Amino acid sequence: MADRSALFELVRVRVLLFLREPEALFWVFVFPVIMAAALGFAFSGETAPIAKVRVLDGPDPSAAASLLRRLGADHGVNLEVEIAPFADEVAMRREISSGRVDVLVLPGDPPRLVFDGQRPEGAAGRTAVELALARTAPGAEPAGEAELAPMRERGSRYVDFLLPGLLGLNLMSTGMWVIGFALADLRQRKVLKRLLVTPMRRSSFLLSFLLARLVFLVLEVAALVLFGVFVLDVPFRANPFDFAVLSLLAAFTFAGLGLAVTARAQTLQGASGLLNFAMLPMWLLCGVFFSYERFPEALHPYLKLIPLSALNDALRATMLEGRDLFAILPELGILAAWAAGAFAVALTIFRWR
Amino acid sequence: MGAGSTAGIPANTGAAVRVTGLVVRYGALTAVDGLDLEVRPGICLGILGPNGAGKTTTIEVLEGLRDPDAGEVEVLGRTWHKDAQGIRERIGVQLQETDLQRKLTVFETLRLFQSFYRKRRDLGEILERVGLTEKKNARIDDLSGGQRQRLTLGCALVNYPELLFLDEPTTGLDPQARRRVWEIVEEFKREGGTALLTTHYMEEAERLADELVVVDRGRVVARGTPGELISALGAQSIVRYAPRSGSEVAAARLLEADFLALPGVSSLRVGADVRELVVSDTQAAVSALLQLFDSRGILLEDLSTHRPTLEDVFVSLTGKQLRDG
Repeated sequence: MADRSALFELVRVRVLLFLREPEALFWVFVFPVIMAAALGFAFSGETAPIAKVRVLDGPDPSAAASLLRRLGADHGVNLEVEIAPFADEVAMRREISSGRVDVLVLPGDPPRLVFDGQRPEGAAGRTAVELALARTAPGAEPAGEAELAPMRERGSRYVDFLLPGLLGLNLMSTGMWVIGFALADLRQRKVLKRLLVTPMRRSSFLLSFLLARLVFLVLEVAALVLFGVFVLDVPFRANPFDFAVLSLLAAFTFAGLGLAVTARAQTLQGASGLLNFAMLPMWLLCGVFFSYERFPEALHPYLKLIPLSALNDALRATMLEGRDLFAILPELGILAAWAAGAFAVALTIFRWR
Repeated sequence: MGAGSTAGIPANTGAAVRVTGLVVRYGALTAVDGLDLEVRPGICLGILGPNGAGKTTTIEVLEGLRDPDAGEVEVLGRTWHKDAQGIRERIGVQLQETDLQRKLTVFETLRLFQSFYRKRRDLGEILERVGLTEKKNARIDDLSGGQRQRLTLGCALVNYPELLFLDEPTTGLDPQARRRVWEIVEEFKREGGTALLTTHYMEEAERLADELVVVDRGRVVARGTPGELISALGAQSIVRYAPRSGSEVAAARLLEADFLALPGVSSLRVGADVRELVVSDTQAAVSALLQLFDSRGILLEDLSTHRPTLEDVFVSLTGKQLRDG
């Protein structure tokens, strides 16, 4: 009885302390949404044209106007087209090398294209312009639907890939920072030592961090998922129960890792160094912003074993593909193994003072 | 447990704290070197000692924060080895330097500490005792040093402790804040509580401690009531002198033997800035001292005598000022 109420008080205190830390609230709840918004809109692909094309006005104004009309017509190729008076050759090339323009079109028969084939935008722009011109040539067949189906389907855009990654990233960094940092702080200021001379159960104390974490977990996951679904139109095809189980396991895993990494850190500086050291590789290697498939194939089996990779894979499988728990069993197993290992290490080496 | 009940010591025939042959080492350094200690129930024992004498180490062993390398330790008739939780339930602790969670309020902090114990004192009563009723909803961040110290004392009292550990409870506080802390400890004592106190302040030791031990280099070098310790010094008074600036060289030429040959002088401490004689017959010693100075042509800036205090006991036992750094 006495002990249960101690656990309740410990959790209440953790929650209160968190709520009274405006900076922490910002980083946990607001920052991930801002990041999702910024990256989501930047890469949503809805408005970004394939290439910026400039048609140069020559001696025959009607030729340039006709080219402008043909390139600007809707033929499945999104081009940003403008018209500009002819300048000298050097000025033209400067526009291209500075990236202000991807393809220059000089009226003629056939029209002459100037572009930088070394740059992806240049090469893509050239193809797009040629396609547009071919499609709009007199007597050309109108484009068939199948031929032009763009990758705009929900669930397969970059923003759809990104949002689960950001969610995984947030689950990791919040879990590790909040717990690792708070404990190092309490240790440094000798609050742990004061608690140690009371009959408080050590296990209740550590458990209170996890339970308090869960209170915020719900809000934190909901903030990002709702933003993704309602603002960025990211699909949510997961069974809510499966998704909750996955989030919960992930929260425990990263809480355990935060605990283990900072179990002996005597100062906040030491703790933050260790946390960064542990998390930075995961930011890069674990498929947050781009798939780890881009790393050499020989590394994939190892990359998959990193907890954040496993989490991101599982989040994408459930959210985007609507897979169930059974399908993500390997990822759940990896997370559980890390959780068990982390807690075992943390509890063995934990320093109370 | 009724309001304002006593600390409720069970029919405890033995000591509240018993320590025999305590040894604690930090690597090559022996911090506590065969220390013996006994605190009878209902008294406040003060531990005096210079920095590094092993006071805090000893207290930390008693609080269960540190394992001794050798020796026997019994707290409230229990050992840490066998009944750690039993001891923790019955002691109150104020550590030398603890911070609390600064964004919590006074009340939230006390409620948290209270929740750890089986025996719980009413929080209103604690707030009243430590004089923080009006600051109940203030965050710890907004408290003064004295208020924080009273709050940590409040945290130590939430469980009706039988034994209270106070490790330099008023260090860094102004005199008024210090007196308020003393009043709280005195109330605890009046109710029959036992306390173990370390301090740097003679006034604090004289006011709170019923018995004292002086610790130096990890050992007890003297013990007794403040009165006993002072009379054990065998001094009627302490004589202090200061030569005038022109006479310093001549004064420095005086040998220890010159002073000890004077009637009524039992010992002395003469250094760069301390010139003190421990004197058993004030009149004889002062008059002989003045003759000695006259004969050597030494002019005095100042000459004073005072009745010996704990500070003098401490200095003569350890050769150090109590607050030397």
